[in-house]
Amino acid sequence: MIIKGKVHKYGANINTDVIIPARYLNVSDPDELARHCMEDIDSEFLNRLEPGDIIMAETNFGCGSSREHAPLAIKAASVGCVIAKSFARIFYRNALNIGMPILECAEAVDGSDAGDILEVDLSTGKIINLTKKRTFAAKPFPDFMLKLIEAGGLIEYTRRRIKAGGPIS
Amino acid sequence: MTLVEKILAAHCGKKELSPGDLINVRVDLVLANDITAPISIKEFQKIGVDKVFDPQKVVMVPDHFVPNKDIASAEQAKMMREFALSQGLVYFEVGEMGIEHVILPEKGLVLPGDVVIGADSHTCTYGALGAFATGMGSTDIAAAMATGDIWMKVPPTIKFIFHGKMSKWVGGKDLILYTIGDIGVDGALYSAMEFTGDAIADLTMDDRLTMANMAIEAGGKAGIFCVDDKIEDYVKSRAIRPYNIYKPDPNTQYAQVIEYDASTIEPQVAFPHLPSNTRPISQVGNVEIDQVVIGSCTNGRINDMIIAAKLLQKRRVKKNVRCIIIPGSQQVYLEALRNGLIEAFIEAGAVVSTPTCGPCLGGYMGILAAGERCVSTTNRNFVGRMGSTESEVYLAGPAVATASAIMGRIAGPEEIR
Repeated sequence: MIIKGKVHKYGANINTDVIIPARYLNVSDPDELARHCMEDIDSEFLNRLEPGDIIMAETNFGCGSSREHAPLAIKAASVGCVIAKSFARIFYRNALNIGMPILECAEAVDGSDAGDILEVDLSTGKIINLTKKRTFAAKPFPDFMLKLIEAGGLIEYTRRRIKAGGPIS
Repeated sequence: MTLVEKILAAHCGKKELSPGDLINVRVDLVLANDITAPISIKEFQKIGVDKVFDPQKVVMVPDHFVPNKDIASAEQAKMMREFALSQGLVYFEVGEMGIEHVILPEKGLVLPGDVVIGADSHTCTYGALGAFATGMGSTDIAAAMATGDIWMKVPPTIKFIFHGKMSKWVGGKDLILYTIGDIGVDGALYSAMEFTGDAIADLTMDDRLTMANMAIEAGGKAGIFCVDDKIEDYVKSRAIRPYNIYKPDPNTQYAQVIEYDASTIEPQVAFPHLPSNTRPISQVGNVEIDQVVIGSCTNGRINDMIIAAKLLQKRRVKKNVRCIIIPGSQQVYLEALRNGLIEAFIEAGAVVSTPTCGPCLGGYMGILAAGERCVSTTNRNFVGRMGSTESEVYLAGPAVATASAIMGRIAGPEEIR
């Protein structure tokens, strides 16, 4: 799966409260949530965003609350993927579970600026910065995670597991 | 093996585990609340099973926006209620409910040696009971509601040893804020934090619950304590089922050991906009405030109420400062009422609310306007957390929060004469 888009760049510790503020958590409809995506850290984000664009950030992206509304809002806003130096662990699980592509790659973050155009191959983890003509390699997913991603997220994976009636592992 | 590895091994049928192992773990309890349950329920319904794996092991607590703050949150609470009742889950209606992480230990639903997952990041609170407990998202919870198990990676354990005796007015909140200030908001990313040492042995259960609660604020997967007499005394009279006590092996290798001298730790304040932005109370300077919140899953327990009442007794909240006190459960509320604490609060000019997460996450019951400052016993002070993106939240324990309410600026309890 190839994603191509321009970079929107942020700092460290981008928390779930600024990705989707709790005042909007009285609904769970992804399209409704998407209307407020990144609102408290960058009120112009949605105006600049084009489908497939890429959020880039320093360390600990998605820290704070367990709200799945955060990756849901990013996905429904049509962000192509999030590339960060590291992710907070609950956000990391949530994103993969709902099929929101995310990649860890410190070199790509250091080697890219806001507005650069990137091409990302999720299956290989290869990140090409077309603007700067540089290539980066993201940390590949473990096999276990690839299976889950191939199934399209945790729910389909679990549905198949239950349908197969096989042992749990 | 570490305590966490012992508990996880027992829940996945393995004799040995190491950090980094991917395992499928049987869970003893699955939790969701009025914000996270609606997504879990929608996802659960796609899996293709009619019933949860065990209705006695799935708990749903309306606490974030309940009593309903608006029509949309009423709809979410209703959806959760209908699902919980139709599935026969463990469910607490308004009148029984409290903040999830206050009532689950209180009601003996979480026990030593358990594996608990909850669609709330502060699920790590239950480590204070010697359980392995961690927060996850709604979809993980949906899958676990169907199967009774969940995949996870065995975390490395960082051991924190607190030596010495704490000063008066220093509590669990100060120790954990000090720790986060030292290691940073991702200082324990993906790791379990095990708390031990003389100062920890002296801590009340309420203080330990506060510490485990904020492990997530250092990026931790869990915060955990080894079971001692205090934990056993706490759970003995409450436990609704048998439980197992695990201990780390002697000479266990930890990923890291960090030692502190608790006797030198002052009451702490975390400045905006990160919990790691801490200063000892002596270094705070003159910070005038508009509001104080005492409550939440971090500090809404009876000992927190007692500390607040001790300072507020026969004193007044500073003119034009709003002091909002929120007991974390009906039981805490009732105990505070019977012991005259509620009377002391109201006489001092504070307001007392029914249990709710309310202002902590900027839901309701104390939202801040632009330019306003709040000292809060809650757990996060991110931009906009309690309201306007131009407001400020300062995190502290109940002693500093109460002293600040009296003084109208951030103040230590020693300043109250």
